[in-house]
Formats: sequence, C-alpha cells, structure tokens
Amino acid sequence: MENKPSVRLQTIQVSFFYGEKKVLHNISLDIYQNSVTAIIGPSGCGKSTFIRLLNRMNDLIPGSRLQGTIMLDGQDIYQPQVNVVELRRKVGMVFQKPNPFPKSIFENVAYGPVVKGTRDRLLLQNIVEQSLRKSALWEEVKDRLYENALTLSGGQQQRLCIARCLAVEPEVILFDEPCASLDPIATQRIEELITELKKEYTIVIVTHNMQQAARVSDYTAFFWLGELVEFGRTEKIFTVPENKRTEEYLAGKFG
Amino acid sequence: MNRYKEIFFHWLFVVLGFSALAFLLAITLLIFKEALPIFKHTPFWAFISGQFWYPTYEPPDFGILPLILASFLVTLGAVVVAAPLGIGTALYLTELAGRRQRAFLKPLLEILAGVPSVVYGFFGMVVLAPFFQKAFQLPTGLCALTASLTLGIMSIPFICSLVEDALSVVPRMFREASLALGANHWQTLTRVVIPAAGSGISTAVILGISRSIGETMTVLMVAGGAAVIPKSFLQPVRPMTATIAAEMAEAPFGSAHYHALFGIAAVLFVLTLIFNVLAEAVCQRFRQKLGSKL
Repeated sequence: MENKPSVRLQTIQVSFFYGEKKVLHNISLDIYQNSVTAIIGPSGCGKSTFIRLLNRMNDLIPGSRLQGTIMLDGQDIYQPQVNVVELRRKVGMVFQKPNPFPKSIFENVAYGPVVKGTRDRLLLQNIVEQSLRKSALWEEVKDRLYENALTLSGGQQQRLCIARCLAVEPEVILFDEPCASLDPIATQRIEELITELKKEYTIVIVTHNMQQAARVSDYTAFFWLGELVEFGRTEKIFTVPENKRTEEYLAGKFG
Repeated sequence: MNRYKEIFFHWLFVVLGFSALAFLLAITLLIFKEALPIFKHTPFWAFISGQFWYPTYEPPDFGILPLILASFLVTLGAVVVAAPLGIGTALYLTELAGRRQRAFLKPLLEILAGVPSVVYGFFGMVVLAPFFQKAFQLPTGLCALTASLTLGIMSIPFICSLVEDALSVVPRMFREASLALGANHWQTLTRVVIPAAGSGISTAVILGISRSIGETMTVLMVAGGAAVIPKSFLQPVRPMTATIAAEMAEAPFGSAHYHALFGIAAVLFVLTLIFNVLAEAVCQRFRQKLGSKL
C-alpha cells in the first residue's frame, strides 16, 4: 500500500509578508500527484494566503513579499522567467464564493480556452460539454447554455466555476474553501466531485470544516498562526496526531 | 421632553428633505407658466422647428431650431472629446496606475473639476480660438469646434470620476477568476471588467451629455453666438443656454421675447430630464445584471 506517489508541488521554507507583517512562517510542504491535500486550521491562520501562493494570485497584492521556494515539477514558479499566465493554466483555482462572470453559462466555461486563443466553435462546444460533464452539471444546464450564469443556484454556480476551471485543462486544482457559502446538499455534491477529480488531477483544498477534510483528503496539513504544525496522511492526523495543538484543534478545544 | 425633541428633529429633517422637491416643483412651474404665452404667439411646433431666431425684428421670428441644433452639435463634439479621454483616464487610474501615479493624478483631476466654467471660457477664448482661427483660416475662432473642445475638457473629470465609480463596483472576484483562468491583464480588462461596468460607463457618458447641454458660461463665451443653422463645426453657433443668458437681460419683462426665452428653458429642461431618466434606466439595468446574489 505504501507506494509513495510522486511529488507535484513542493514548498521549501516559504515565508510570506504583507508589508512588515509576516503571515506565513517557513512552510515546507509536499503535495502529491493524484491526491487530495487538505489544509485546515482556524480562521486567519494563513491557509488561504498559502494556497494563493501556489498559482501566484498574491502577486496582485501591493507590498507583499515572498521568501523561500515553491516548485512545480521541480521548477521554481517564482523565477522571473516563469510565465504567470502559463502557470495559472496549469494550476487552476476555485474560489470561496462562486464567482461566475455575468455572462452566459457557455461563455463562462469557454472563457479560459477563448483567452488562450481557441476560436473554433465546434471545438469550444466540445470543451464546454466535456467540462460540464466532468463537473456533473451538464444534465442540469444542457438546455440553457446561453442563459446568464447568475440565474443558477449557488451550488450550481460553484460547479460551473469548477467546469470553467477544468476547461483550461489544468493539472493541479486549488480549492479555496469551495463550500463555504453552500448548503449541505450542494457541499456533498462538491465533495463527491473532488473525490472523482482526484483520479485525473492533483488537488489542494483549503477548508475550515474538519469533517470535510477527513472525508475528501488523503493528506492533511494543519496550519496555526501562519505555521505548519503538522502534515501527514489524513487517517493519521485525525486518529493519532503527533502534535498537541493538532489534537486540541481537532477535538474542538480552539478554533 | 426627550420625546418632543425627537419629534421635533424628525419633522425638521422631513421638511429639509422635501425642500429640494419643493424647489424643483417651484422652478418647473415657473418655467412652464412663463413659457406658455409664447405658444399663443408661435405654435409649439413652429417654435421648435422654425429656422429663424430674430426676436427683436418687427414682426419677430421665434424659431429655435438653430439653437437646438447648436446645442446638440456642441454637445456631440464635447462628448467625442470627453468620453474617450474620461474613460481612458479612469481606466488608467483604476487599472494601471501605481499608488504614486494615482496620488499625483487624482488631486489634479479634482482641481480640474473645480475650475470655474468662466475660466475654461477664458482658456477657450484666448488659447483655442486664435489657434483654430489660424489653423483653419477662419473669420473667427469662436465656433462650435472651440466650444466643443472647451466643454469636452471641462467634462473629462466629471465623466472620469463616474467611470471610476463604475469600475470600482466590479467585484474583485471577477478579476481574480479571470486571471486564475489564464487570462492576462488586458484580456481581463476588456473581456470582464469593462463589460461588467458597461452600463455604468454608458450612464457616465449620458450624464456627461446632459451636463454639457446645460452648460452655459463656456458656450456663451466661445461658441460665437450666431443664431443660424450650423452647417459645420467651424461656424459660430448659438446654443440654447447661451441664448437665454445673453438675451434675458435685454428682453422686456412680459414681452413675447421674454416668454420665448422661457420657452427655450422649457425645451432644455425636458431634454436634460430625458437624458437623466435614460441614465437612471441604464443604471438600473446594470444593477439587475450584476444581480442581488453578488
């Protein structure tokens, strides 16, 4: 059983600053191919900041600064010669709040391929259908592809955002608290979807919901006050945590 | 005691709140009451479609078509100047400029917005008019083009700040979604941000038009003042506002001329009202499109 999967993403001694304030402290973490890695911890512990470093979404924040190295397939993604656009095509992201564009369902899913330069209508239709099927939304929207995406329910919007992300054919998908604004049924569907997607993609998910982490992830990283307290196989973290802090957090003593 | 105080303040603010409405009603009533007599002299249709404005001839001619066309011409020119510059400035400020550039440019625009219109008029008269006179070999540089350009420059900060507002209400998550999907900055701007702010930008332009039509001092100073149907931008023209401002003092109280000027004011009033309602309608659609779910 213990055949070690290969490392896809690796952070080495990563610290991150907002101005003078250090919000992440020396995080070293390996993310394995075709697995789900959950990042848990109390609010404000740096989970979201961390995951946003993996596709360089924090580049936009003025006055922020990174120390350390983040490697994707052995390549440092913060080297100046790295093409950020290419990186973000490889490392897709689904956000906390469903954020479809105020455009049609079709245009939403086709957005990534279109900005990449795909113009062939037939090819786009194909990509849109495949992506919506993968995100288990196709049956619900196949007759209304040209309606505004904002007419969908919250859960459907989030699955649309997942489809939109898949359409770019990423290799890694980052989920930043994808169920934070969804009801339990919609949450369950997203969780099933994540388990399904794991076969093809490498997944990192930030969640403040410990049960969710236990249900969907293979590996769990516990963050606390910007530090990585413990990282390991999910079963192990949830049953025999090594660190007292992890144990207390999982037992609901703080957070 | 406290209760009475509360009631007192409640009604005080109700009165203050409705005073604006009262003024609006009073002004509207006044304009239309004073405008009505002219339509006994010249029927409404003849008034707005008449080609000759000779208010002091005997018998006088009260046709305001040249004035209406002059207003539209000058406004059109002003929008052609102000819309691209205003929108462009707003895009630069919100999307491209760093903190330092913004800190430098933003106050400048506010100063530009605060310059009195009479000063813009001076600028048009002293700088632009002689320049155009020379450049196009005109008998006078005071013409529709000069007025358009002056009005346009004046409208830039107005349109710019409205467009900035429109851009700033585009949720950040749209930008992030676009970037995360591998779009570059430019694609994000043209495919997501600008369409999402589209109605807000249109509203800004419509309000800019409405404001330019009503602007008086600048056009009085630089438009040239000839009440003839304009055939080109290089002719002197006499917009509605300039006509009223120039002639009100010399029109005998209660005369046909006096009422005709109120007639112009009524037409102007209705036109700006239409533009403002239009802007409000577009704005409303914008809110609906972005949805309450956001």
